[in-house]
Amino acid sequence: MLAYIIRRIFIMIPTLLGVSIIVFFMLHLAPGDPAELLMGERASEEALHDIREHLGLNKPIYVQYGIFLKQLLKGDLGETIWTRQKVWIEVKERFPATIELSIVALFISCVLGMILGIISATKQYSIFDYLSMLGALIGVSMPIFWLGLVFMLIFSLNLGWLPMSGRLSVGIELETITNFYVLDAILTGNWEAFKDALWHIIMPAFTLSTIPTAIIARMTRSSMLEVLRQDYIKTAKAKGLSQFKVVFKHALRNALIPVVTTIGLQFGVLLCGAILTETIFAWPGVGKWIYNAVMQRDYMVIRGGTLFLASIFIVINLCVDVLYAVINPRIKVQ
Amino acid sequence: MNNKKPKKNPEDRHPFIDQLSQLWRNKTAVAGLIIITVFIFCGILAPYVSPHDPLETSLYDQIKPPVWHENGTWNNILGTDDLGRDILSRLIYGARVSLAVAVFSVGLAFFFGTLLGSISGYYKGSLDNIIMRIMDMILSFPYILLAIVVVAYLGPSLRNAMIAIAITYVPRFARIVRGSVLEECEKDYVTSARAIGARDWRIIFIAVLPNCLGPLIVQTTLSCASAILDAAALSFLGLGAQPPTPEWGAMIAQSRALILRASWVMTFPGLAILFAVLGFNLLGDGLRDALDPRLRD
Repeated sequence: MLAYIIRRIFIMIPTLLGVSIIVFFMLHLAPGDPAELLMGERASEEALHDIREHLGLNKPIYVQYGIFLKQLLKGDLGETIWTRQKVWIEVKERFPATIELSIVALFISCVLGMILGIISATKQYSIFDYLSMLGALIGVSMPIFWLGLVFMLIFSLNLGWLPMSGRLSVGIELETITNFYVLDAILTGNWEAFKDALWHIIMPAFTLSTIPTAIIARMTRSSMLEVLRQDYIKTAKAKGLSQFKVVFKHALRNALIPVVTTIGLQFGVLLCGAILTETIFAWPGVGKWIYNAVMQRDYMVIRGGTLFLASIFIVINLCVDVLYAVINPRIKVQ
Repeated sequence: MNNKKPKKNPEDRHPFIDQLSQLWRNKTAVAGLIIITVFIFCGILAPYVSPHDPLETSLYDQIKPPVWHENGTWNNILGTDDLGRDILSRLIYGARVSLAVAVFSVGLAFFFGTLLGSISGYYKGSLDNIIMRIMDMILSFPYILLAIVVVAYLGPSLRNAMIAIAITYVPRFARIVRGSVLEECEKDYVTSARAIGARDWRIIFIAVLPNCLGPLIVQTTLSCASAILDAAALSFLGLGAQPPTPEWGAMIAQSRALILRASWVMTFPGLAILFAVLGFNLLGDGLRDALDPRLRD
């Protein structure tokens, strides 16, 4: 097992290097002078000179990449153009918000998706099966930025049940420990803030969970159907076990193996798909931060943020692969 | 299978006819096909079927509700936006933009993906390794992020959004084609083609590729769905089609300020995206069932 994990980590290194190459060269593929792109059109000659010196933009391109990589290994993603702060610090401030949103969305989509998938599989060709699978297909086809606005229109503007944007209402105090607001509120016993944070996260989380829910429901259904056809399920039924026991004790365990992989991969997709959701709901996470950077042409933030999210994505996918090997012993043989 | 009146032994039929009839019996696929036909029809014939000019503004007709509302008129069936432009006409022209996105970005991705995939699968060795590692790198980016970043550097425009989407979709095609080509090249007909001295490109394009068409067609259909969705998302973020282009995602972005006063301005473009994408997804699912006999039960 350990050998497998180590081998996978070694395979990951060239991928990470490749990502850094793509991110690095993108700046040079863009039309125009990189220094000017980085500093903005109105930068003074002096500032342009400084950034050229700092990043070594006058040196040959492979030397520049070397400098970039060296800084990267030190954990230095550079400074933002507009706020003149370390990119790394800004990422650290915003990432908890993105993770919190993604975890809640993943939780919603796991529960909903698996329930829909299991019921559809056990009642194959029933009206419920048809409706939920049609629903899943609609879910996969949903423009979530539009769905978010529709939710907003219905639940905030018309019904007034949920807040429109942000993570906390103005005036609510919360001592932050982990920067996961819902968790922090529980830890400090601040129930007013807990309710407020939860109310804020519901709508963005449901919006974000639309596509994963649909994908997990479809995966659970097909995996469950395959397992239900196996002989050991017939045996279990023949023994006279109840339908509930057959499905949940015998079938579900094996059916879940491919579903777990899907769920893991969805987590990576969610973290990055948050760009749209965060922008709509003004959720102060990494996605909205990158979006703002794109709008303000802060290429240092785009570069740093992209590299960060892509690395997280790769690491999560690695963890999913390892987890898959743990729950599915057949993998180890290969 | 519930064949109540078997006219002919299905084994005797040509596989293509068999697949077509499979597809025809699949109700969801037919539904998808109908939606796509309407979509393509609107896209191609936009100037003839749309009641108004999609860019024509009118000071007197601002924010008119759809016809079933109290103040709606038959002149603007789905109402007008804040500049008095007819929403139905803009939706019909929007189909044209989305159709272009599907054709160009998926077409580009299909072309380069198939080319790279078949080179990779046919020549194997280090060339294969290099190509597939590059594909892995592209895949290791969360793809909407990659598209956003590419557009951020190239500058926001519909053309750049299409290029960005095409780049992110190349690996899907390359992987499928490579897998199929690897499998096909083991077969005897390729060996015999080599033996009679056929050139490499002839073996790849005339002999091998037609046998990998099934999964390719499915992937193309599903990619059209996600390309339309992604282009709309990019345009919504202001990174794709620029105003006043009647693009569905951009229309939603522009209507955000009207969300309370005139919710229909936002509702219809969203439904249009949903239906177009759903159409391709329905057809793609149906095609997969029809073309991949392993999935039939």
